[in-house]
Amino acid sequence: MTSEFPHTPPRKSYTFSDAVNAEIRRAAATGIYDIRGGGTKRFLPHFDDLLFLGASISRYPLEGYREKCATDVWLGTRFAKKPIHLDIPVTIAGMSFGALSGPAKEALGRGASEAGTSTTTGDGGMTEEERGHSRTLVYQYLPSRYGMNPDDLRRADAIEVVVGQGAKPGGGGMLLGQKISDRVAMMRNLPKGIDQRSACRHPDWTGPDDLEIKILEIREITDWEKPIYVKVGGARPYYDTALAVKAGADVVVLDGMQGGTAATQDVFIEHVGQPILACIPQAVKALQDLGMHRKVQLIVSGGIRTGADVAKAMALGADAVAIGTAALVALGDNDPALEAEYQKLQTTAGAYDDWHEGKDPAGITTQDPELYKRFDPVLGGRRLKNYLKVMTLEAQTIARACGKNHLHNLEPEDLCALTIEAAAMAGVPLAGTSWIPGRNGGF
Amino acid sequence: MPSFDLGAHGLRALNSTLHALKGQTNETQWDVVNPRGSHAIAAGVDALVDITVHGSTGYYCAGMNKQATIRIKGSAGPGVAENMMSGTVIVDGDASQYAGATGRGGLLVIKGNASSRCGISMKGIDIVVHGSIGHMSAFMAQSGNMVVLGDAGDALGDSLYEARLFVRGKVKSLGADCIEKEMRAEHLELLEDLLRRGEADAKAKPEEFRRYGSARQLYNFNIDNADAY
Repeated sequence: MTSEFPHTPPRKSYTFSDAVNAEIRRAAATGIYDIRGGGTKRFLPHFDDLLFLGASISRYPLEGYREKCATDVWLGTRFAKKPIHLDIPVTIAGMSFGALSGPAKEALGRGASEAGTSTTTGDGGMTEEERGHSRTLVYQYLPSRYGMNPDDLRRADAIEVVVGQGAKPGGGGMLLGQKISDRVAMMRNLPKGIDQRSACRHPDWTGPDDLEIKILEIREITDWEKPIYVKVGGARPYYDTALAVKAGADVVVLDGMQGGTAATQDVFIEHVGQPILACIPQAVKALQDLGMHRKVQLIVSGGIRTGADVAKAMALGADAVAIGTAALVALGDNDPALEAEYQKLQTTAGAYDDWHEGKDPAGITTQDPELYKRFDPVLGGRRLKNYLKVMTLEAQTIARACGKNHLHNLEPEDLCALTIEAAAMAGVPLAGTSWIPGRNGGF
Repeated sequence: MPSFDLGAHGLRALNSTLHALKGQTNETQWDVVNPRGSHAIAAGVDALVDITVHGSTGYYCAGMNKQATIRIKGSAGPGVAENMMSGTVIVDGDASQYAGATGRGGLLVIKGNASSRCGISMKGIDIVVHGSIGHMSAFMAQSGNMVVLGDAGDALGDSLYEARLFVRGKVKSLGADCIEKEMRAEHLELLEDLLRRGEADAKAKPEEFRRYGSARQLYNFNIDNADAY
């Protein structure tokens, strides 16, 4: 006999959602944490929470199709004999050969060079594909030192000492056995097919005082020619920036938690680090407090997608930005045209993140020759160039609307925030008010 | 024989002079005096020359050395011969932390003791230590050979890959995945050569050593090994 009264409808827990429970069941069945590529997928305060005010009676705009808005940037002007000059302030972030295929690295070099910017090696050494096709190549100096040698140091255009990255500040790298092909194994001096671990700390220095000496050594080996970058994850950006400057960096690279990785634990990606929006003002303040803003350049990364993001990062005080995930998407990663193949991997276009398994149907995050042969590096390079050009045009459009004849002239005064959180993090007023939370007496 | 007074002329002048010796040179014997513990002495040399540093050095002496023979007539600070590619580096005294770190080739000889993390992440270098080595030595060592005539500290060879470790004295403890292995004829032959090249053949015989290497149990992740991490 059924009750004549209505039942309380079934109600699922917000805390124990279907996704949470599924992950608990997966962990219980496998005994291993989830490893994946990419950056954080959670919602975060981001550049979308900022708006440009544009010109009006009190500010003059520049004519969009007639008046110049420059985009070039110098990097490494502090100590290097040969600083880098880029046509656009959007650079390609470090991504390793190993994580990416050789043709994908070639495409990054081609696209970056055609657009007038730099690309960056990664945790696996310098490949001929990348050096040969990159007009300006930044060589990463990583804890693992895979492939590290003085000849490549000298044929690089800049050297980036990697202390951390946004996806996993405080964490090392991982390249699972599926991607350790003969060539990758040889470059890394490891047995084929093993799970390769990259250390989280450098083997021969600890702390900022040692870093200063390490930078001295690299400068001596390269005869003080190359700009030295120091890359940090978005952990403690004020202090990390100040210490990098103290250690002698020419350029600080700051990577927020939206920055991607080839593979690490999901729990790391989602729960460690700060969003780039919160990091930039802290780093800029450190540079200003030291009197080094614009003398030591600041490159920021982590979730840069559009020219608007570029313009906002620069308005907050960055000299340039770096893109990783967006560059891979431009090359063809997670393209819906490959949906049938993503379905076979039990995922969907836009969600594919098992880059460590080496089964990428787009042929980008793989070492399987059958898969990477699908990827055309010439076409990929052209797509990346187009995308970089579009970002630059978008940023110029905004800068002209704000009356700026160079992207570097954008400033926090050009911005307002849509949320209290973004206003507090970015240090710009909440839209419609003059209120910057935490400033001028707080509330 | 050119003599370079580091105290008078400075590090930049020394290293730029040594870097200019690429290829053929008749100036093959160099003396460096007054090192006064300076860092990065003779870093990045790439020439078949002999360099003798008369005194103790700071960090990263002979860093990334290629081809050169560099003798330190004193003790060496942290990271001596780090990432060495080829050539020979001989330290008459003791060496601080990270000696030979990530070295890819060549021979590093330390006639005194070496501190912690000797041979960390080594990738093909040969290291001969006449004295003892500190804790966490040969951590994540990938390839190459390490010979220790004295004792080894805690956690020798932790997370070792394919490097071969030979220790004559006591090992305080072995690191994760590092085990003692059988000493076969080919290892005795290798040791004999290393002792000779490491100027230690009068001090020790190959038969007095034990060999340590990777158990290869941590090469692929297995949850049942989680306690080892």
